[in-house]
Amino acid sequence: MTTDGAGSGPTAIIERRDLQALFDVLLQRGYRVVGPTRRDEAIVYDDIAVIDQLPAGWTDEQEGGRYRLKRREDAALFGYAVGPHSWKKFLHAPIQQLWRARREGDKTTVEHEPPRPERFALVGVRACELHAIAIQDKVFLNGEHADPHYRARRNDAFIVSVNCGKAGGTCFCVSMNTGPKVAGGFDLNLTELLDGGQHRFLIEAGSDAGREVLDQLPKRPATSQDAKAADAVIAATASSMGRSMKSDDVHQLLLRNLDHVRWNNVAERCLACSNCTMVCPTCFCTSVEEASDLTGTESSRSRRWDSCFTMDYSYVHGGSVRSTTRSRYRQWMTHKLSTWHDQFGTSGCVGCGRCITWCPVGIDITEEVAAIRSSEPH
Amino acid sequence: MAYTAEAPAIAAGDDPMVPRIGRVRRRVRELSDVWTLTVEMEDGRPLAFAPGQFNMLTAFGVGEAAISISGDRDRADSGLIHTIRAVGPVSGALTRLGPGDVIGVRGPFGVGWPVDAAKGSDVVIVAGGLGLAPLRPLIYAVLASRKDYGRFALLFGARTPADILFRREIEQWRRRLDVEIQVTVDTSGEDWYGNVGVVTALVPQASFDPQNTIAYVCGPEVMMRFGAAALRDAGVPDTAMYLSMERNMKCGVGLCGHCQLGTAFVCRDGPVFRNDVLRPLMAVKEL
Ligand SMILES: Cc1cc2nc3c(=O)[nH]c(=O)nc-3n(C[C@H](O)[C@H](O)[C@H](O)COP(=O)(O)OP(=O)(O)OC[C@H]3O[C@@H](n4cnc5c(N)ncnc54)[C@H](O)[C@@H]3O)c2cc1C
Ligand code: SF4
Ligand code: SF4
Ligand code: FES
Repeated sequence: MTTDGAGSGPTAIIERRDLQALFDVLLQRGYRVVGPTRRDEAIVYDDIAVIDQLPAGWTDEQEGGRYRLKRREDAALFGYAVGPHSWKKFLHAPIQQLWRARREGDKTTVEHEPPRPERFALVGVRACELHAIAIQDKVFLNGEHADPHYRARRNDAFIVSVNCGKAGGTCFCVSMNTGPKVAGGFDLNLTELLDGGQHRFLIEAGSDAGREVLDQLPKRPATSQDAKAADAVIAATASSMGRSMKSDDVHQLLLRNLDHVRWNNVAERCLACSNCTMVCPTCFCTSVEEASDLTGTESSRSRRWDSCFTMDYSYVHGGSVRSTTRSRYRQWMTHKLSTWHDQFGTSGCVGCGRCITWCPVGIDITEEVAAIRSSEPH
Repeated sequence: MAYTAEAPAIAAGDDPMVPRIGRVRRRVRELSDVWTLTVEMEDGRPLAFAPGQFNMLTAFGVGEAAISISGDRDRADSGLIHTIRAVGPVSGALTRLGPGDVIGVRGPFGVGWPVDAAKGSDVVIVAGGLGLAPLRPLIYAVLASRKDYGRFALLFGARTPADILFRREIEQWRRRLDVEIQVTVDTSGEDWYGNVGVVTALVPQASFDPQNTIAYVCGPEVMMRFGAAALRDAGVPDTAMYLSMERNMKCGVGLCGHCQLGTAFVCRDGPVFRNDVLRPLMAVKEL
């Protein structure tokens, strides 16, 4: 697990042709290496063993309700923004069995596998995503009751982050102070450099585990030229955000406007499909379900991702507390941007833009905030 | 390797989602659709709790429901007591469990009624329907050190005389000279000589010093709204009123998200809230 704060120690350069060594070392060390790969016309996160599985030369076009892959002019390995998946699918499993109960005669026992520590190496984690992981850490690890399943996966995770070389059409990490530059929470951090026709990576270690891996990689010291090139990449990304949101006062803005007419307006467009909550890297809600065999001697309980957009979510005997789409959209957006601060001392939104891109009707959280801000009743 | 939840320290401490095993010792029918279960923990360790806290109870193979503890905290070693209304699959299955049957228990969870806060003050309890069940541990606690409190009023409303929960016990309490008990029903039959009307109408008749009272309210949400309003009209400040909220709960420990009410997680920050905190949240429709 990552230990240091910001990247410390000397940076190095690893050539594109040598980058396979990173995967080899991680696999040798027993990590399950997962990272971006192209599938079904999208860039998703999945197991990868060889560097050729990265989406070399691909990029994405993202807009409200729209996502399309297209070729780049170069062979960049990380030349796209975030896609429909997030790392929560590894750290906070979509379905998790909690326990199994067995009845034998008069005796019932509850068995639960001690959480199996999966050692993930997450390769290609963006700055906003590191913040999203830190936010889920607060939810699952920092409260009075920690989630042992999340903890088992998270504790041993090795994180290889990447400074973004391209902002997506729906990105607004700059507004949320979460990117595009990685500022800590990684084991190794990469900046992909393509200037001067030399395809190479600036690499820095952020933890002891990161330094150990770095020691095993073929590399040369970074020059001030390389450092400058990396700074330029980050600056270019920061200045080309697809979206922006004034975030410093949004916490209070939304709390003041829980009865704003804009909620009615967005409710007319929202399909309550739950897409936004599924793609959001910080959404953590789950439901539980029970299964039992026909004889009634065995039963089990599992939890699975749930969404505040469903009717069942707020059901109490007699009906749902939030029976309207208006109240459900308001719950989602005020939780992300407002009440999350009260609950966890941080925003619940990192500005990754996924909810905008993957909303079938293109509802845009930045636009909804702006609309409320510009028409706040006095 | 699997291990069993009979090692309670591991099951309860390490994984908050894994139930401990209990066995039903007694099942008593309270009303046509309400039963009280007395449960013994299989590992013999009684479950210490505070009045107003709840457990997540599992009917194996069916599911889990949040149920308040309705017993006496000073008698926790004589069994864990829950009073349950059969309204659906899980509560139905729980109320069908009889002596010897296995039940899963997670908890106790949540913030309960402040018991000591009312010492030296008058106590007013306003309960509607099954809302009396989570208040009963509080009543026991106050009566157990009755002299530490001022006047004590229990105002209870039920739909019909046949829906009066804990009727025999209410009669016993009524015999004490140091408690005021008022019971009302929404609709009465022929053999009812008591109050008819909503429970909130009893508030102005009860004797307490509004400036020196702690009020505890539990029942259906509308009843609590009116109850809090009646207490406020009588001069009790919001800071001296406590209400217990019900929301959908899947975990009880702040991890599933379901019970959110504005900034609060009802399972963790409640279910009991002081009304100055709760009132702004309740003022927003469908929050
Ligand atoms: C803090 C707290 C204390 C409670 N104390 C008591 C008590 O002392 N006695 C009592 O009889 N009841 C109590 N309840 C209510 C009880 O939890 C519900 O009646 C019960 O969950 C209903 O489930 P069901 O499957 O029997 O019925 P249904 O209402 O038919 O449930 C259908 C579906 O909705 C879900 N559901 C319904 N209500 C809830 C809920 N509140 N939380 C989560 N899921 C829900 C069920 O899991 C099920 O999937 C309490 C609830 C809370 C939150
Ligand atoms: S709310 Fe939208 S932009 Fe914010 S973190 Fe979630 S998916 Fe990304
Ligand atoms: S905002 Fe869009 S993605 Fe989210 S529930 Fe509504 S329609 Fe679906
Ligand atoms: S019941 Fe799961 S967070 Fe409160």
